Amino acid sequence: MILDLIPSTLRMTTPLGFAALGGIYSERTGIINIALEGMMLLGAYGYLVGAHASNSAWIGLLVGIALGVVLALLHAVATITFHAEQIVTGIAINILALGVTEYLIPTTDRVPGLPEMGLPFIGSYSVLVYLLPILMVVSHILLFKTPWGLRLRAAGESTEALRTLSLSRAKWQYFGVILSGIFAGIGGCFMVSDIHVFTKGMIGGRGYVALAAVIFGNWRPLYGVAACLLFGFASSLELTNLWKIPDQLIKSFPYILTMIVLAGLVGRARPPAALGKNES
Amino acid sequence: MNIRQSFTTLFNNLLFQILQLIRNLLPPLLAICGFFLLCGIVLILRRQNLWEFYTTIFISGFSSFDEVGSVLFNSTPLIFTGLAVAIGYKCGLFNIGCEGQLYVAAFAATWVGIYLNLPSVMLVPLCIGAAMIAGSIWGAVPGFLKAKFGAHEVINTIMMNFVAFALTNFLVISVYREPDQMIPQTAQIHEAARLPRLSNMFPVLSQSNLLDASFLIACACVVICYIFLKYTRWGYELRLVGNAPEVAEYGGINPRVVTVWVMALSGAIAGLAGVADVMGYRHRFLDGFSSGWGFTGIAVALLGRNHPFGVLAAALLFGLLNKVALDIELILEVPRGLFLVGQGLLIVGLVCMEGISKRNN
Repeated sequence: MILDLIPSTLRMTTPLGFAALGGIYSERTGIINIALEGMMLLGAYGYLVGAHASNSAWIGLLVGIALGVVLALLHAVATITFHAEQIVTGIAINILALGVTEYLIPTTDRVPGLPEMGLPFIGSYSVLVYLLPILMVVSHILLFKTPWGLRLRAAGESTEALRTLSLSRAKWQYFGVILSGIFAGIGGCFMVSDIHVFTKGMIGGRGYVALAAVIFGNWRPLYGVAACLLFGFASSLELTNLWKIPDQLIKSFPYILTMIVLAGLVGRARPPAALGKNES
Repeated sequence: MNIRQSFTTLFNNLLFQILQLIRNLLPPLLAICGFFLLCGIVLILRRQNLWEFYTTIFISGFSSFDEVGSVLFNSTPLIFTGLAVAIGYKCGLFNIGCEGQLYVAAFAATWVGIYLNLPSVMLVPLCIGAAMIAGSIWGAVPGFLKAKFGAHEVINTIMMNFVAFALTNFLVISVYREPDQMIPQTAQIHEAARLPRLSNMFPVLSQSNLLDASFLIACACVVICYIFLKYTRWGYELRLVGNAPEVAEYGGINPRVVTVWVMALSGAIAGLAGVADVMGYRHRFLDGFSSGWGFTGIAVALLGRNHPFGVLAAALLFGLLNKVALDIELILEVPRGLFLVGQGLLIVGLVCMEGISKRNN
């Protein structure tokens, strides 16, 4: 029984995991990224357009990532260069992404998916499913074991720290936000690659679930992806409807959990100290 | 001499006020110009007639009382959500949860409207009251979590949104669905719980015009909010906590208490947007009825500079855009998405201008 849940859990977790990693990079540099939802949506859309035009999944992936980066750049320019309110910009980008998919009406054709690799006992999965744990570990090492990661995190912990090293905080923030665009874009690509079609509402709040996972995972890659695994497992329960729980209850599970964690009732969320703060 | 002096002071004061007004109005006006310019550029790229585009907007929005009525109808929920966001913002709180608040409120109003059989005089206020209470609970929870545990209200209002969608979805589909119907909607509320159409009162509107009394409630709300913010003790406390929490604390105001009631108030106002849909238009709860009004409310508040009258103006503009978008799609075959993209860029542009001016001060 439980074994049946593995494939759907992995497929649910992968897009969340990528988006959450993206969210971690951005928030670790101090930029709140509510635009993950929109970046995933445009990533998915880009994959569709690219893969449909070239009939190649890899081109699709590239276009999807590129669109994610375009949105990330918009977010970065507004919030870092022009010191715009980060939350409002994020919401605006989500509206914009939705608008793009409504303006350039997407094709309803099926598009090729990314190649799959087999694994004994549990079936074959898209290469991105395997990429996620690798990137998770790499991100953890980069962020917490290298001087590079120390600097990236310093951007989010203090508005002054990097200046004392005569490094530019803005540069690291740009870097973090662009990385989040890449990752969220990949997350969106995976979703289209997985089911071969695109629908307007296909992200359906996954960007926000990923954001919840970032918080639940205390802004750390390993815990963040683990949180995604938990949420992914919950939503695969929703699909299989194993225990006859109302699926709306399962759907709201990540959100309620996040609120509890944020309130400090279970563990303590400790966001980067300078999250959302502009240089003064 | 004395008269001349006081005249100069008066003149200077007036000049200062005018400058201040221009300063406040300039960014929104620039953003709106940018929006229409952008639409124009896209139209040129599509090789379509610009003149036709702008005249279609004008004809679709203003050519008759009925068209104007439709614009007002479209802006009604946005007035409520815009006010809700603005009230929170004045207190330094970000209520992104309007969408969820209006859903639970709409459901509460529907429930009361279906299950209580009372004369209109009692039922209408009861429905509205139930909706406002539901909305205020949904707003107060994030407010409480912020006041008590310091949890960021933005994340919590987003989370509460999804809980509200799931909750109302569950209630509509599994418990209160209209019998023998595929559509996820409840039965209709009693006649007595419905708000009258304005076409009954104003014969200039044709019978098919959808504009209902909730628009009048919205206008009243704008005025009440203005008076509340400017002339009452609570309004003063709210603004003080928003501008200078420390000062407020020295003055004997508890910012935590203010945080909770402001979020509750904001939720209650957002809930009225649900009332407008249920009691004024659809007369039932339909799953997913709101087309993102809670989020558009953020843009409305921003464009209206969080001033009640500004919010009214901005809501009218967005109501116009929503109404016109349909005609633009039908007549000129320009997809509605263009306006959404424009809206997104308009908001980004506005917050950028705000960010720059804040930095320059």
